[in-house]
Amino acid sequence: MSAQQATLPQAEHPQDALLRTERIPHIWCAGCGIGIAFGSLMSAITKSEIPRDDFAVVSGIGCTGRLAGYIHLDSFHTTHGRAIAFATGLKLARPQGKVIVASGDGDLLAIGGNHFIHAARRNMDMTVICVNNFNYGMTGGQLAPSTPYGAKTTTTPQGSPDEPFNFCSLAASCGATYVARWTALHIRRLTTAIAEALNKKGFSFVEVIAPCPTAFGRRNKIRRSLDLLKLYYDNSVVKNHIAPGEATIDFDNNLVVGKFVDVERPTFLDHYAAINRGEVEAWPATGVDASAAGKRKAG
Amino acid sequence: MAGQAVLTGTHFINGDEACAEGALAAGCRFFAGYPITPATEVAERMSQRLPGVGGVFIQMEDEIASMAAILGGSWGGVKSMTSTSGPGFSLMMENIGLGLCTETPCVICNVQRAGPSTGLPTLVGQGDMMQARWGSHGVYEIIAIAPSSPQEMFDFTIKAFNLSEQFRLPVLIMADEVVGHMNERVVIPEADQVQLVERSKPSEGPDTYLPFQPGPDGVAPMATSGEGYYMHITGLTHDEKGYPVMEVWAQEEMTQRLVDKIQGNLDQILDFEAIHLEDAEVAVMAYGISARSARGAVLALRQAGFKVGLLKLNVVWPFPEDYVRELSRRVKAIVVPEINLGQMVLEVERLAQGRCQVKLVPHPGGGIITPARIMEAVKASLEETS
Repeated sequence: MSAQQATLPQAEHPQDALLRTERIPHIWCAGCGIGIAFGSLMSAITKSEIPRDDFAVVSGIGCTGRLAGYIHLDSFHTTHGRAIAFATGLKLARPQGKVIVASGDGDLLAIGGNHFIHAARRNMDMTVICVNNFNYGMTGGQLAPSTPYGAKTTTTPQGSPDEPFNFCSLAASCGATYVARWTALHIRRLTTAIAEALNKKGFSFVEVIAPCPTAFGRRNKIRRSLDLLKLYYDNSVVKNHIAPGEATIDFDNNLVVGKFVDVERPTFLDHYAAINRGEVEAWPATGVDASAAGKRKAG
Repeated sequence: MAGQAVLTGTHFINGDEACAEGALAAGCRFFAGYPITPATEVAERMSQRLPGVGGVFIQMEDEIASMAAILGGSWGGVKSMTSTSGPGFSLMMENIGLGLCTETPCVICNVQRAGPSTGLPTLVGQGDMMQARWGSHGVYEIIAIAPSSPQEMFDFTIKAFNLSEQFRLPVLIMADEVVGHMNERVVIPEADQVQLVERSKPSEGPDTYLPFQPGPDGVAPMATSGEGYYMHITGLTHDEKGYPVMEVWAQEEMTQRLVDKIQGNLDQILDFEAIHLEDAEVAVMAYGISARSARGAVLALRQAGFKVGLLKLNVVWPFPEDYVRELSRRVKAIVVPEINLGQMVLEVERLAQGRCQVKLVPHPGGGIITPARIMEAVKASLEETS
């Protein structure tokens, strides 16, 4: 045993029960924000009264996608962009389960964007946590659908010409029942938001603005994680319940964080059950006046 | 008809509908799909029937999502299925690979139309046969079956579910537009006469269970989400625990396991019919709708005194290598009609190694190969090899 190993702390970590400790050390870089989001997720799971066997964590590909490999729950590391589609099948096959999707910004909203908007539209009952670090970290720092206009990545070496998505606005406009955004320095509020999302029926979405010093910060001359965190945190303003379209990510004193949506809406399975029990009136509810339609044709 | 999973009786339905009824009889209770000609009727029938038997149908946003969803459904403990045709089959390839790597039982029905690309959406093709074998990237074995009638669409769909459950993998039903759209008599047996195979479940507790440790038959028992096993399932190369291992030894062990569980169980998987092959001088090998034309041709030639037989493939992948190798030693020619410009014929050529003539009867797609064309090809082969 080396001297370094001998000095490792022997005490258990309070979240060991939710970690596949035999898989530690993890692959994430020093200063990465995923660990903070992961910690908040584990705290929220611990706080929730949902039976542990009922949780399933589904992820796609990318740095955040690896979260499924470290959490000691049923966990599924699927294909790039398809976590929500996989999670949809898992939820419909086992409706009593609590399905969590953990995903990065590129995985969730570039290659997986179509599944995101349709799951939100259907109000598929799942909690989606997006660690937004503004780039593709796993592949070395390429343009993401979240990369700020003008920011440098390895595929936008002169700066990004793309306008980024506003994920929270998108989620809200597609019908999500819970939408919140916090930075990785708002740890308590982030944990509360994830806990609320887990207890929410329907499609709940939490965006975590997180530092990626290795791939994103480095190319934009912000090499220290703490400097990135401070950039995000210092420019953040808390605005709960504002119109999600106004929840901008503006790094000049208007990076809006808060809880933007918290509403009730029947889920896909609620509707499916009601329709198949014959409880839903045929469309259109008002019926059609055939004589009026005929007149219009004649005219 | 809501409420009855096995529609016992005699029906006049098309092959797509028979496929859906086969799925229901096999215990399928989750279907995720996307409309596409000529497979849409499978989804329509399932959307009509599943709610009545306690199942769920969902129309997803595309075929990629459909394929991903049925993998999720299967891990949720429910027999799951999708159906599609060429363009959708292409979109499903990556997640079929995820299903193979994570050893997830499920069934994909591809009602083949003519391609490439959008091709002839309403007309028949058999051009996806090599895609079925090799379409997803990497190293694996697959099981694909080819029904040649609406009755076989029913029977083989049950067979597909049984094979997928037994060997823990996505099983492909390689149907075609004619078989899918043809209306014919389909006999559905009593529910207790339907032979079903269920995935084996772990006998061990969570502390010792290894999700990818094969049993004596080469297949690992499968836990379901929610049972407290806290398993990790990944498309990365993984060890028997399911954990990623980025090493050559792990890749070697995992891919060998995926190959061995199929190649080591060929006696239970291979399925073909040998008709009049005992004394045949020429053999016709065919599958799907082309096997019906071939049957007509062979029977007519037999009546006319020609020594010809039919090898009808029910399971097309894995390919019956030993049988075709042996057949090539005792016939003068093997004639292969298929609605493409030469796919399964390549397997025959590979195995015959020049021992007999191998003659393709090709069709680019859009119509069937008539018995008359096959009869001509057989007669030509007899002349050329005499």
